[in-house]
Amino acid sequence: MPHIPHVDYLVLEPTPHLVANQCTSCKARFFDRRNACANCSNTSFEKVDIATEGIVRSFTIVTFAAPGVPVPFVAAVVDCGGTSVRGNVINCDPTPEAVSLGMKVRLTTYSLGSDDNGVEAIGFGFEPA
Amino acid sequence: MATDDIYILGINMTKFGKHPDKDTVDLASAAALAALTDAGVTMKDMGVLAAGCLMGGGFIAQQIQKQIGQTGIPAYNVSNACATGATALRTAIMAIKAGECDMGLAVGVEKLAGAGLLGGGGKSKADGHTWSPSGRFGAVAPTDGRIGTDTMPGTFAQVGMEYGHKYGGVSFELFARISEKNHAHSTLNPLAAYTKRMTLEEIMGDLMIAYPNTRAMCSANCDGGAAAVVVSGSKLRTLSKEQQRRAVKVSASVLTTDPYQEACQVLPDVNTLTKIAARKAYEQAGVSPSDLDLVELHDCFATAELVHYDNLMLCEEGGAVDFFNSGATWRDGSTPVNVSGGLESKGHPIAATGIANIWEICHHLRGEAGDRQIEGAKVGLAHVIGLGNACGVHILEKSAL
Repeated sequence: MPHIPHVDYLVLEPTPHLVANQCTSCKARFFDRRNACANCSNTSFEKVDIATEGIVRSFTIVTFAAPGVPVPFVAAVVDCGGTSVRGNVINCDPTPEAVSLGMKVRLTTYSLGSDDNGVEAIGFGFEPA
Repeated sequence: MATDDIYILGINMTKFGKHPDKDTVDLASAAALAALTDAGVTMKDMGVLAAGCLMGGGFIAQQIQKQIGQTGIPAYNVSNACATGATALRTAIMAIKAGECDMGLAVGVEKLAGAGLLGGGGKSKADGHTWSPSGRFGAVAPTDGRIGTDTMPGTFAQVGMEYGHKYGGVSFELFARISEKNHAHSTLNPLAAYTKRMTLEEIMGDLMIAYPNTRAMCSANCDGGAAAVVVSGSKLRTLSKEQQRRAVKVSASVLTTDPYQEACQVLPDVNTLTKIAARKAYEQAGVSPSDLDLVELHDCFATAELVHYDNLMLCEEGGAVDFFNSGATWRDGSTPVNVSGGLESKGHPIAATGIANIWEICHHLRGEAGDRQIEGAKVGLAHVIGLGNACGVHILEKSAL
């Protein structure tokens, strides 16, 4: 089955990892398409791989969300070797007892399902390490 | 009074809450007319108008003029998220500082009763029939709920939890106790949307929205308007003694955005720009945090209030938990915070908030706050954050007369 990543900064091969656009001048890292660097306004970037293990720097357990968004889920900021990443903590009970600040996590992927053409989208999250 | 000083000459806020029979123009007009009356002036005296209605869009300033006075003055429609009201006020102040006029009117208004989740977090999410990348992240499907949360309660929950990760000491109960304080304060404010004292058990047992924020710990969506008349020091000298006595000095007026920090595009950084705004404001006003008799800060969620104790330098760096636990921020404490009830109970009609918090401070500095008067209040600080981000900080001082 053909695959496509949920977002373009998730790279599935050879093993799933995130990539950032790193400013060639000040080394600031961004996950979105860039016009220039928000820190130094430089316009050249290079792709860098982001560590797949990190620690939970902050989290919330969302129990009330927009229509169509399944709840509860754990939204978090994960410090992956000095680069902050936004992602959900998955494969873990969405309770304050199961998730904690400073907890070690690692990147993992899951299926978002297949579209009408049979293409499977692959998403990422972080699971307890 | 120095000629280049700026003063609040008149100010008003409507009752916050549900106004089903009034639209935004009605609420804005009511607040503007009352602020003009409070100032003892009319629309004919105004040299500039700045107004905002974040969710209403369009030309709120001209709509207000069409109801209360089309005098042909320049009007600025401003939009800066939850800092819209403070931005309107600052716009009028800048026009006076620039010497374009000597008096101006700033208005903020919103109709939000029953609005539910706001912003990107409130829009319905559904996958398409084919996975095709779009947007700045090349996403093939919605990211809200799959890669973090777009909701405001969840975003600000993480702001508070991040503080806990950095300095320790936070818990669900701690954040709930901040909310308990603000709900207790609201019982003395007849203009607050909610004036019910809530027990810690009621707050913690309320509907969980985004841990650790329950519904009672979230700002209340409601309807409301607020308006202020600002005047130059040189013009104020020509007005009556009574006007001069009730005028409140704007000792500092600062607006900032967030400078780049690692992670600021991952989770909004509401700290750095608030710290910069606070430092600038204390410098401009020549006062220190210990001089403040009261503070109205942007408690859009209980988790946000905690971090702003630190950002506004009301406590030592990293000391917000101990500072709150000492009782300092209750109305009988050393630095009363949100004696109006804050956004959690007074309510948060977005564009009105940045003027309503200044109304609260002025009310105390004028000695007109009735049952909730902070006795002998001489200096106060008002703070707002608009996510995106914009931060407004105003320091206000009682008239010397």
